[in-house]
Amino acid sequence: MACNGTGCQSTCYKDEEEPSSSSSSSSPCSKPSTDSVKPESTNVCCLKCKLNDAVSGYGGVDDGRFCADCFKSNLFGKFRLAVTSNAMITPTDEVLVAFSGGPSSRVALQFVHDMQERAQKNFDASRDRSLPVFGVGVVFIDESAVLPIPSTEMEEAVEVINSVVSSLAPPMKELHLVPIETVYSSNSSDGKEGIIKLVNSVSDPTGREDMLLNLRMLALQKVASEFGYNRLVLGSCTSRIASHVLSATVKGQGYSLPADIQYVDARWEIPVVLPLRDCFAQEINMLCRLDGLKTLQLSTGPSSSINGLVSSFVALLQEENPSRESTIVRTAGKLIPFHFNRIPEIVDGNVPLATRRRQKRYNLKPNESVSSESFCALCNSPLDKSEIVDWSNVDNSRSTDIFYSACCSSCQFQILPRDSMTMEQFYMDLPQSVIIRAKQANNGNLSLLREQIQDCLLSDGEDET
Amino acid sequence: MEEERQRRGGGVRLCCLCNRQRASLKRPKTLQQICRDCFYRVFEDEIHDVILSNRLFSPGDRVAIGASGGKDSTVLAYVLSKLNHAHSYGLDLFLLSVDEGITGYRDDSLLTVHRNQIQYGLPLKVVSYKELYGWSMDEIVKMIGVKNNCTFCGVFRRQALDRGAAQLKVDKVVTGHNADDIAETVLLNILRGDIARLSRCTSITTGEDGPIPRCKPFKYTYEKEIVIYPFYFIAAATSTAAFANPSPLSFTYAYFKKLDYFSTECIYSPNAYRGFAREFIKDLERIRPRAILDIIKSGENFRISTTTKMPEQGTCERCGYISSQKWCKACVLLDGLNRGLPKLGIGRSRAGITGRKDRNENYGGKSIDNKQCGTLDF
Repeated sequence: MACNGTGCQSTCYKDEEEPSSSSSSSSPCSKPSTDSVKPESTNVCCLKCKLNDAVSGYGGVDDGRFCADCFKSNLFGKFRLAVTSNAMITPTDEVLVAFSGGPSSRVALQFVHDMQERAQKNFDASRDRSLPVFGVGVVFIDESAVLPIPSTEMEEAVEVINSVVSSLAPPMKELHLVPIETVYSSNSSDGKEGIIKLVNSVSDPTGREDMLLNLRMLALQKVASEFGYNRLVLGSCTSRIASHVLSATVKGQGYSLPADIQYVDARWEIPVVLPLRDCFAQEINMLCRLDGLKTLQLSTGPSSSINGLVSSFVALLQEENPSRESTIVRTAGKLIPFHFNRIPEIVDGNVPLATRRRQKRYNLKPNESVSSESFCALCNSPLDKSEIVDWSNVDNSRSTDIFYSACCSSCQFQILPRDSMTMEQFYMDLPQSVIIRAKQANNGNLSLLREQIQDCLLSDGEDET
Repeated sequence: MEEERQRRGGGVRLCCLCNRQRASLKRPKTLQQICRDCFYRVFEDEIHDVILSNRLFSPGDRVAIGASGGKDSTVLAYVLSKLNHAHSYGLDLFLLSVDEGITGYRDDSLLTVHRNQIQYGLPLKVVSYKELYGWSMDEIVKMIGVKNNCTFCGVFRRQALDRGAAQLKVDKVVTGHNADDIAETVLLNILRGDIARLSRCTSITTGEDGPIPRCKPFKYTYEKEIVIYPFYFIAAATSTAAFANPSPLSFTYAYFKKLDYFSTECIYSPNAYRGFAREFIKDLERIRPRAILDIIKSGENFRISTTTKMPEQGTCERCGYISSQKWCKACVLLDGLNRGLPKLGIGRSRAGITGRKDRNENYGGKSIDNKQCGTLDF
């Protein structure tokens, strides 16, 4: 409402004029050289502290408004707000950070560390020590079995990861370097063959990428569960989530989409949290640059998938309009989430009161969300009613058929092989955990179906009497 | 000749639907290799199924076909009149065109519609901006320039179509929106955050609470197939009498003619933003043809909260048209034009004059009641 149509060529925020002048001044700007910037200076003053020059080039709606320090504290603020208002991390938690070496997970790791450090200081200073400090672990999944990553590159990557994690102490963080074939419970050489066969039997390039994503989540869950963690932190940022919104739409996953893009996703054994949901990729890159955070990008070859096409489309849109990504995420945020999109309440009476009090939930609406009881056997996304198969007449069919119909239509199309021979082989190659989950889901469906039928019968009887 | 060729070369690919004739095209929707006859059969059968399964019409309905002279609406008019005969829907069909008054663009396309009227024997009604609003698009553009005039054109066209339909006393209006259009609209609504439109843009019938519902029989029909349909018709009509139509040659001529010049866009609208999304959809279709149907499916399955506030529907105090505001958008724009303030109603700045204010007051009261305080836990 601020500007009237015609007069709005004004320079409200002088974004476009500045980049040359302020990028040159970005490095000295992190340290206040003198007491204040002179008013006649060409640089834009930070909107928040009014002391230092603003830095720009980090994209998003706030680009060019803050100085380096205010920018950092603003970004950390977004992270902390997401964490506290969704009860992601409480003092008794053991948190596992999924670290790929990329900028987003690097920043997630950094911020979790900052939070832990702060909690440690408070713990040391407090008299009664009623609030313990949450524990942090780091996991890296080595996917070189199925991706064309040169072995030298992987060795370097492991070195970098080791140095990053060891530099983030105290408090100490345990590092788990795990190959992707860990999803198979047997010894790893067998697993390696199995996973190569499994991934290669998926012919669609998009399907192969998504299959790998499913396997990665399985591996993360397995590590988290084995080592006693109770939260899994992913570094998914706004840009990543915006791409996911569009690619899920393109793959026909409109029903299950809201499950994936919330702050919390507790449909897994270990709840998954996304504290960087409100941070843009450009902001994250900027922070890495400002703080000299070391990141690495493994070369995985070109991608001709739908996911790749969508990300480049979103990047293009973001360039044209700096708030496009957050608009996409906000639009999708208006879709109704599922009941598992929140951290379950602590009901255990042994947990100290102080800890329970820390579980704040500001913006969680009372349960408006619709519950869904059935999940895709492969990607674990909630199934739409039309995708749930009537199990009463498939008692004597083959296990592969049952598995096929327990998957969502998107996985059926892009991942599962068409002909029955290959499907048989695919089913044999699947990790045991997937098959167990599918069987459990089937039993769940069956009982759900019975429940529904019972309901109908009851109401019929009531009508008659 | 067909059989001869089959005997000679064993490598000739047969249509995978009928297994008899030589496959002559790759169907864009499924990538199946099929023959010409089968293409026409599946194309028309699919539309017939959509009409039946969604109960778009009931016998005796008077139906207006929104006809622009472009490929979609021309093929729609042809297919609908063919299906109406073949499956005895019992519909009274009309052609309804809107003349925006754009010299060098609309006057040409209206000539096609006039020809279609004679060819199909469908009565035609043309409503013009000039006669409804007193302004043609040429005059509007002269007044406000080439920017923002699509706002006028779009708002006016929607209402003109409804008014024309009311004059024809029809029960339904059908439009030639195809699957690509709908997929594009779903994406655009996500990109601009329009949750209200996102929830209704995939429904096949809209405006059921209004006076005249509109429906889109081409909802699942790919744009490429609509282009192929008349293109292959030419060959079909000249080689064999595949269709028992009174004058197939005159159809083909019309189609050919129309295809020819409708590759040009409206002269006032380069329409960059929509083009962006369209380009993206074409890229997707190349990788995976099913993507278009999947986008529509996603749009149908989105879980949109029923408590999300949707604008209330009322009627315009000035002209009686449906409107969520005090005045309908067309009246606001027209008022601006007539008062010499054409920027009125574009953008958000001055819309408050015409009723946004009192709506805000209504909503203000409600939103205070609904406002949630943070949970207070001590």
